[in-house]
Amino acid sequence: MSIGLDHYLVLSAILFSIGLYGALSKRNAIVILMSIEIMLVATSIAMVAFSRYIVPLLLTGQVFAIFIMIVAAAEAAVGLAIIISIYRNRETIDATKIDLMKW
Amino acid sequence: MALEAAFWILAVIGVGAALAVVLMGNVFRAALSLIACFLAVAGIYVTLSAGFLAAVQVLIYVGAVSVLIILAIMLTREVQRGSPFGRLRIPALVVALLCLGVFSYAMIKTPWQVSAVAPLEPTTPALAGKLFGEGGFILAVEIVGVLLLAAIIGAIILVREK
Repeated sequence: MSIGLDHYLVLSAILFSIGLYGALSKRNAIVILMSIEIMLVATSIAMVAFSRYIVPLLLTGQVFAIFIMIVAAAEAAVGLAIIISIYRNRETIDATKIDLMKW
Repeated sequence: MALEAAFWILAVIGVGAALAVVLMGNVFRAALSLIACFLAVAGIYVTLSAGFLAAVQVLIYVGAVSVLIILAIMLTREVQRGSPFGRLRIPALVVALLCLGVFSYAMIKTPWQVSAVAPLEPTTPALAGKLFGEGGFILAVEIVGVLLLAAIIGAIILVREK
């Protein structure tokens, strides 16, 4: 059975769901951030697969994937800076204990 | 044939590494599995004939983002505490499986208009034309540059000693 668009899309859905599960269920803020990175990478796979199989000569999906990568890098930098800043003030990065703004 | 074998091997490695990131108790080992996952995804890009994107993936994710994450793990001494699950473990699993089912069903059932044209190769000059050429994404490139600058300045201000 040859590899088609569906295989890549289902792979991207599986990776996205794994990332979603980690982001929702983990308590360590850094692991939550890593799960979000997995979700972003999964969407990039879907973009590149669409670009390869539906518009092979336009490359639009690959351009989108590059933008996703840049935004993910910015997100990682700011997110980790926030985590380190929280750790300095509160000595923990447990997401259940960071509840200063919780009502 | 070789392409299919490569796809299956890389897909298994990628999904296994992603599961390890989520399920592993040791944060540092989870970060190392994240690197394995990024490398497998770079290989997936190669099987999609997106060579430039694979190189950029290795440079940015495997090179920069992973180093940032490992640095943050080292700075926060979270390795001793591990990465436990919260109270919402079972609902999160249900939501994730529901998402997986809905996405897979929608993606398999949609009649995509797959083109039979062979993919463009090499992609780098065409991508450069798309990003910087006439009628391309030049405005988005400039905006994303400003976004990156703002993110870097914000990160510096957040972690600066008062």
